[in-house]
Amino acid sequence: MFHFKQTTLYLSLIGLLITPFAQADEFTNVDMQRWQQQFMDSVKQGRELWTSPTLGTNGVACAQCHPNAANTHPETYPKFQKQIGKVVPLWEMINWCLKNPLEGLPLAADDPKMTAIQAYVTYERRGVKLEAGKH
Amino acid sequence: MTDTINVNRRNFIRNAGALALGSTLPISLVELAFAESSENFTFAYISDAHIQHIKGASFVRNWDKGLIRAVAETNLLTPKPDFVMFGGDLAQLGSKPELDHGAEIMSALSHKVRYVMGEHDYYLDLGGYWERLFGPQYYSFDHKGVHFIVLNSILTYDEWTHNRWPSNEQRMLEMAGLDNPNGSPFMVGDEQRQWLKNDLAKIAKTTPVVVFSHSPLQKIYKGWNFWTEDAEQIQALLKPFNKVSVIYGHVHQIQYNQIGNISFHSVMATAWPWPYPSTYAQAEQYLPKLTVPMNRADPFFERDATGWQFINMANGDVDMNFTLYDNNDRSVRFNKASQQPEDSEYQDESSHIPPQIHY
Repeated sequence: MFHFKQTTLYLSLIGLLITPFAQADEFTNVDMQRWQQQFMDSVKQGRELWTSPTLGTNGVACAQCHPNAANTHPETYPKFQKQIGKVVPLWEMINWCLKNPLEGLPLAADDPKMTAIQAYVTYERRGVKLEAGKH
Repeated sequence: MTDTINVNRRNFIRNAGALALGSTLPISLVELAFAESSENFTFAYISDAHIQHIKGASFVRNWDKGLIRAVAETNLLTPKPDFVMFGGDLAQLGSKPELDHGAEIMSALSHKVRYVMGEHDYYLDLGGYWERLFGPQYYSFDHKGVHFIVLNSILTYDEWTHNRWPSNEQRMLEMAGLDNPNGSPFMVGDEQRQWLKNDLAKIAKTTPVVVFSHSPLQKIYKGWNFWTEDAEQIQALLKPFNKVSVIYGHVHQIQYNQIGNISFHSVMATAWPWPYPSTYAQAEQYLPKLTVPMNRADPFFERDATGWQFINMANGDVDMNFTLYDNNDRSVRFNKASQQPEDSEYQDESSHIPPQIHY
């Protein structure tokens, strides 16, 4: 049993060495354009949610207080929020806003809407250096 | 003049304390002080309430509370202000329910109230219903030796207003988004500038002039309409006067500036604060270098970053005293030596405190 397994392993390694095409991560400009497009689609969805009166229940939109997502500071998260009493990632603060000024329901951390909101907020802060924890 | 302010503040704090309302007001108390102190008078300034209709009889609670509180506290002011100004954006989307609801809240004031037009009041029906409630969109009046002018500064290009949008509702929504790239720059426009010129022609150059507008009559950041397209032309019309003060809303934050003979002061919103345009990493903006920003707003305090101001006007110079939620008071006074408004405590860069650093 043991010998059989070991032999299989050796054969596999030899196979990798002689493979004529690459199996490591290698990508092209076309790939990168596609990935960038995927990201920008999420940014666009995030901007739509940011200005949407239906994300919460009272018609208030994120952009009413945060034009161009200003004063959201995604580059400073995770950070300590004194009123929450602990270090939180950005999505927890977004949920605080959804529940309070927007009088709505929180989103799951991996909800595509939550991803899109974070993509938009971070995109508007492009070029700003990371400073986790900063107040 | 300072004595008068202190007396006012003591009286106010006593009244507010008696009713357990807390330490601050989301309004502006304006005092015009003259060389002869018996001529001094005050007026209050409430602005940017953004009353927002949900449906039926429901309105956004947070914005309602800001205006209700400002009105209730204005009624407590001692001495009683001569009149109250409302600085524009009573409504969020200019609808009859919003304007009616806002007017009803404002009707509790026991003062003469005058209104300034905001873009959120205007772009649904071009101010038609607002006019029925509050009167003309621009006008002037004289009060105890001061000439006051109210401008509608939130007009824009005719093509944008009349020919671009499929419905009035769509037009209102497009202008209501502060950061909406489909918006259009604010302006006073040719017709109103001609009216202003004629109005000013009747006034002695030594008369103190106070102009109320919704947008700043100076250019700060075009992307959010912290901007008036024909600002320079209006400033030129005001230039011959010894002393002019422009008091504006729209920006939901403390700003002040001096351009030639004109002092500029913003007032606070009752609804919510806005970030300084300097905090938008992609923006080219011109926040007046003179302005020491207000503290960054704490979102956990619903009424934070709103406040009120005493304005003390001595020989045409404006001294403004801000009282702010959960923050120390601010005092911006006209410095006769440097001929500009300066914060009495925080003007020097080494005096700034961490919350005044916006990034």
